[in-house]
Amino acid sequence: MNTSVIVSLAAFLVLIFAIGIWSSRNVNRKGSGFLQEYFLGSRELGGFILAMTMIATYGSASSFIGGPGVAYTEGLGWVLLAMAQVATGYFVLMVLGKKFAIMARKYNAVTLVDFLKHRYNSKAVVLFSAFSIIIFLFSAMAAQWVGGARLIESLTGLTYTSALFIFAVAVLIYVILGGFRAVVVTDTVQGVVMVFGTLVILIGTIIAGGGITNIMNDLMAENPNLVTPFGAEGNLTPAYVSSFWILVGVGVVALPQVTVRAMSYRNSQAMHRALIVGTIVVGFIMLGMHLIGVFARPILPGVETGDHVMPMIAMEVLPAWVAGIVLAAPLAAIMSTVDSLLLIVSSAVVRDVYMNYIKPDATVKRVKQVSFGVTAVLGVLVFALALSPPDLLIWLNLFAFGGLEAAFIWPVIFGLYWNRANKYGAILSMAAGVLSYVVIHQFYPDPFGMHSVVLPVVLSFVCFVVGSLLTQGRTDAALHT
Amino acid sequence: MENNGIDLHSDPRYRIANREAVIGVVLVIINFVWWYGFAYGLGSAPPEEYTFVFGLPAWFFWSCVAGFLLMVILVTAVVKFAFTDVSFDEEEEESR
Repeated sequence: MNTSVIVSLAAFLVLIFAIGIWSSRNVNRKGSGFLQEYFLGSRELGGFILAMTMIATYGSASSFIGGPGVAYTEGLGWVLLAMAQVATGYFVLMVLGKKFAIMARKYNAVTLVDFLKHRYNSKAVVLFSAFSIIIFLFSAMAAQWVGGARLIESLTGLTYTSALFIFAVAVLIYVILGGFRAVVVTDTVQGVVMVFGTLVILIGTIIAGGGITNIMNDLMAENPNLVTPFGAEGNLTPAYVSSFWILVGVGVVALPQVTVRAMSYRNSQAMHRALIVGTIVVGFIMLGMHLIGVFARPILPGVETGDHVMPMIAMEVLPAWVAGIVLAAPLAAIMSTVDSLLLIVSSAVVRDVYMNYIKPDATVKRVKQVSFGVTAVLGVLVFALALSPPDLLIWLNLFAFGGLEAAFIWPVIFGLYWNRANKYGAILSMAAGVLSYVVIHQFYPDPFGMHSVVLPVVLSFVCFVVGSLLTQGRTDAALHT
Repeated sequence: MENNGIDLHSDPRYRIANREAVIGVVLVIINFVWWYGFAYGLGSAPPEEYTFVFGLPAWFFWSCVAGFLLMVILVTAVVKFAFTDVSFDEEEEESR
């Protein structure tokens, strides 16, 4: 399509490779043991890196490609909805907070499931959570791969299959080689690229549209609903938009790829710094990226596929070589989400299932081989799934997020802050949350005008409390105070 | 790896952690009320009657732009003045 765009993108991929390989030296060198290092980076993250890796993991294809595409269609109402995500910048780290960091260290936990295992002492909890993670994150990951490949496809003009192949090879190499540390370091590079990419495209778009006032007038002339909080058709109700505070705001505390980062920081100063940096960066990126989608409308009218808005506007308003560099931003977002997910799913298989129940006495060398092997096999499986992708990128992705939130939110929160929480409550709550979510999502979507995730979260709350209270005395007394 | 040998009771650091978690919940409530109040308070008027701040509709400016800046200020203030440094290193903690 455009040589300078391709050259810039290729340079970015090479940079990411180099970082992955460089980081991999640490996997063998650090003294804290292979597992702690490969899956957790030896709990050494500083504040800036912590903030960036949380945002990069969380800001996925749906925020950077799908989200602006929907904002293009719906107008400012969708930007309003997206701003619910500012809460993730501070809420996750404050609520999981120091308690999670301290308990994870006491339990020597490497994954979310590790934490649940030690907190609840229950095989059922462990297996149920590990399989929820494997199933839900696997589908989220497939959605992200499709997004990444589509982006490369639309930028370079390669076929979808070759684009997917390039993407898959790039992701697998650095996840397998570098582990968690490579992932978070590249997340940081990608986070920085995203911030500058957002800024540059936003400014370029405002200039191309003749200033914000001009763009607003154009939008109002086309359809006044575009500048209201209610969406182009007027059907974004306050209840629906607010319910996204659960799905993409506070519910994010329960996502395993996010919680693992909340146990990986070095000290409380790092956490404090990450709170401030994270809030600024996540708010800026969400506001900027979605505004770009809205502002693009008068400049590029009539784009049919939402996913194409972002690449098209960047190439429209910027010189080609700048467009190439900043389009690395959404690609960066997708890759960094994918690499984290891949690592989480592989840790669920290796750590939570294999080491717990299949071969507890495995040697370090064996665990290492299994970890690399499982990561590679998972990558190939996702590749196969992404070859003939389901069309609904956001749907698959949000489906997975909702399912994980319904499963984990109360076992995590009550596990941390309610001493009488026990395994009966936890397993009841997880089962009720996941089952009701799948049923509601499939057969009665968006009950009472709210997103499908809301009722399952309420239901799993009730199940947890009732389940725990009815079974007091059947487990050991409170584990901690 | 079982937690039998580990002291999970009455860690003094938990009081700090609990307080900070409550602060997180309070912040998110403030954030939500501000966001919702301005968006649907100002934005429910017919679009012809909108006022504009920096070219953006007033509801959007106050809810999303100002709301975001408010949260940055609140988070920074809370972290600087209300959050306490604790050690995560257990041996160090016990020797105090």
